[in-house]
Amino acid sequence: MMDQIKHFFIALKQIVKGSRGYYIWIGILGFFMLLGWSTYVIQLKRGLIVTAMRDQVSWGFYLSNFTFLVGVAAAAVLLVIPAYIYNFKPIKEIVLFSEMLAIAAIFMCIMFIMVDLGRPDRVWHLFPFFGTMNFPSSLLAWDVLVLNGYLVLNIAVVFYVMYRIAHNMEYSMAVVKPLVILSIPWAISIHTVTAFLYNGLPARSFWNASILAPRFLASAFCSGPALMIIIFQVLRKISDLEIEDSAISKIAELIAYAMGFNLFLFGAEMFKEFYSGTAQLAPFQYLYFGLHGYHGLVPWLWTALIFNLIAFFLFLSPRARNNVVTLNMACVLVIIGVYIEKGMGLVVPGFIPGTLGEIYEYFPTHSEIFVSLGVWATGALLYTLMLKVAIPIYTGRLRFARGAATVGESAAIRGSVTSAEL
Amino acid sequence: MKEPKISPPREHKVARRSFLKGAALGSVALALPSRDADASIWDAFFQKHFREMNDKELKKVLKRLEQEYAEKYGVDIDISANKPLSGVLFGYGLDLSRCIGCRRCVYACVGENNQSRDPQIQWITVLRFKKGDKWVNDLENADKYYNPDKVPEEGYFYMPTQCQQCENPPCVSACPTQATWKEDDGIIVVDYNWCIGCRYCMAACPYGARHFNWTGPGIPKDEINTKTHYLGNRPRYHGIVEKCTFCIQRTRNTPGRYPACVEICPVGARKFGNMLDPKSEIRYCIENKRIFRLKEDLNTYPKFFYFFAT
Amino acid sequence: MRKIQVLTVLLGVFLMMAPLPARSDSKIHSGKTVAEANPPEEVERPIPNLFITPPPLSEGIFPCSDCHADQKTNPNRRELTEFHENIKLINHAEKQRWCLDCHNPDDRDYLRLASGKLVTFEESYYLCGQCHGTIFRDWKAGVHGKRTGEWNGKKVYRLCVQCHNPHNPRFKPITPKPPPIKPADIK
Repeated sequence: MMDQIKHFFIALKQIVKGSRGYYIWIGILGFFMLLGWSTYVIQLKRGLIVTAMRDQVSWGFYLSNFTFLVGVAAAAVLLVIPAYIYNFKPIKEIVLFSEMLAIAAIFMCIMFIMVDLGRPDRVWHLFPFFGTMNFPSSLLAWDVLVLNGYLVLNIAVVFYVMYRIAHNMEYSMAVVKPLVILSIPWAISIHTVTAFLYNGLPARSFWNASILAPRFLASAFCSGPALMIIIFQVLRKISDLEIEDSAISKIAELIAYAMGFNLFLFGAEMFKEFYSGTAQLAPFQYLYFGLHGYHGLVPWLWTALIFNLIAFFLFLSPRARNNVVTLNMACVLVIIGVYIEKGMGLVVPGFIPGTLGEIYEYFPTHSEIFVSLGVWATGALLYTLMLKVAIPIYTGRLRFARGAATVGESAAIRGSVTSAEL
Repeated sequence: MKEPKISPPREHKVARRSFLKGAALGSVALALPSRDADASIWDAFFQKHFREMNDKELKKVLKRLEQEYAEKYGVDIDISANKPLSGVLFGYGLDLSRCIGCRRCVYACVGENNQSRDPQIQWITVLRFKKGDKWVNDLENADKYYNPDKVPEEGYFYMPTQCQQCENPPCVSACPTQATWKEDDGIIVVDYNWCIGCRYCMAACPYGARHFNWTGPGIPKDEINTKTHYLGNRPRYHGIVEKCTFCIQRTRNTPGRYPACVEICPVGARKFGNMLDPKSEIRYCIENKRIFRLKEDLNTYPKFFYFFAT
Repeated sequence: MRKIQVLTVLLGVFLMMAPLPARSDSKIHSGKTVAEANPPEEVERPIPNLFITPPPLSEGIFPCSDCHADQKTNPNRRELTEFHENIKLINHAEKQRWCLDCHNPDDRDYLRLASGKLVTFEESYYLCGQCHGTIFRDWKAGVHGKRTGEWNGKKVYRLCVQCHNPHNPRFKPITPKPPPIKPADIK
């Protein structure tokens, strides 16, 4: 027991010690967290009136971010499949870090839901046993269950593997593999359930299309891995973590397939809506051409579409995806493209035109943007801190020998000061 | 007929649930400011779901709420918690050939049901359509901000909307906490002390009938209707959803008054009654007029019937 | 059990209400009550559980016999120039009808149906119902016209003439209440 506590403090030390770059990074995150959370306090006091949401558009920027981040979290599975099922070694070694990203993303999802609640003090009404969870009828209840389940699952895998490595023990595939295999359908389910959350509302024709869940998955498999490619490159540069080019190249290839599929589904939906030209076309018209003189989202959606198209061709070409510059460009384009498409471009048109035909052009207020930045900063900090402990363990600089913290301790601390700059 | 429901199967669980709640939320309690940790704050925080309270608990809660309102608004508010009348299923009829779009109903509803004046919340929305334009299923051409000198206007007609009290309500199945449900008399109600404000029900409602308190309600003290119902017109809180309840505080009585919107309508376009009573006005409408329901393609089966008397 | 209670309450309410129209009428009619007038026999009586509000007769104009009793009836269709000049049939089949089609020529305190039967001003709906049969049917069912009171108890009915001026029945346009505030203006 004493050892455990000691180890915990050693791990904690990892967090507080770092290079100047690390402190600056933490400082930036701290600033945005402070900004976000102080804005949130005002929101708590005054109510959600500080947002641009109104009865006509009752969900906005918070839910947009939530939806995008569920995709990021779900996309971890894309790396798990080649890593554990097909034993693709280069990816297997880094898959833990994408699972950590999933953990951070789920945390952000939960935070985005919390800041969107009118009464966060009553959130316990939603818990099974304590409250009166409306299961299985409400898709939101399903979402709470699958998201938290996914969180627990990922924490379990990451913690188990890290713990074994830190203690110089082989981790048992008999433990990891079932959990990992379980996490694959689970990851698909978190995004599917989130899609169904919107999909299951006949009142909103824009969401009530059977293609919604497949489109969710396809776009998530673009943005999530793209985010990871960028993160991996950063990690490679600022820490002693080794990530093979072939891993990144493989991920890029997967994104190309996912984006191809995503664009195909997009085309299928556009064909159906525009060719049939029913009343349900209105939200699409609003998104891409404007409706009754309102076109607030038009430039954004075209940006998203063009970015996705360019990125698709970049990822498709082996030369472009193996070139660092074009690869990163493509990744950024995909992230922005999907962020618009699966964020504001998904949530807002569900409400435009409204159920009574009204058009209220929603655009987030400063408060919403600040609070969202705060949530992103909190998530980024969480991920940074996880990496700060996990990387030294992974690279072998931080080890707790079986029973007592010996071998790596001093080396680890020294190591973190000198080489691990993150 | 059906007995008023207090969910008997749940009651025996109360002890365990209370314990669990207590244990889990005890830690939350410690983390929250203790400065004004007056007992009633915790009573409010731990208040149970309306349908899980027994009569004694409910009485206590009503007393506490009345006290809270007295402190907040400086008026004595009477909160009843009348159960549904047996053998009653409420239905509503609206004669579109009569409505002149004068919005008297909107404001009668606001006054009767203590809706927030600032920021403005209105449960009834009157839509205006140009004759010959699309309507019913596609409300794209609806205008709710029309403001002429006189109504009715030449070449237009009007369609008021409010909660349609669906028999198959999408809002109820959406709610993640069962804070909204359909009562035995068919009214969809919200427990304002249980709603967490996620607004999923608002996304689910096809009729724009649910309204959110984006901030605390603003009601002038001297305009408060003090005769209220727990599930109806008692003043609401910030961060929760509210909606039309067919004036539950008026109608769920013997004898029960007509809803405020029915009473105010200068042209008598609004009809209300018990659908299980063959002699009621609403049954006459259903049996003798050509009725339709809004967005019938969604299979929500509203108990709000539009009809044309002529 | 409940039904019996409801019925008892309703019965009580009706018993209380029943004399009301007559009493209020008596004030307007300066002494002459419905009971005293010989009521038409064959027209159906109103549904008993209604409280019908009294007719909106102008102050001091009723009973008509105060003036008309001594006057000779001129049965010719003509423009009124000496009295009642303000009464004009507008939008009410004015080309086909005039005063004595509805007002009883022999005793002006009554209205007269096409069949020759007399009805009091409190029962003017029979007169309207002659032409507007479907609306009369809806009105009796509580569906045409404004209904107030209790959905499961005492209901207040209004006479046709309370909403529609019999000589100019079309509704006058009214000023609507203000439109809702646009979402962008809710701060």
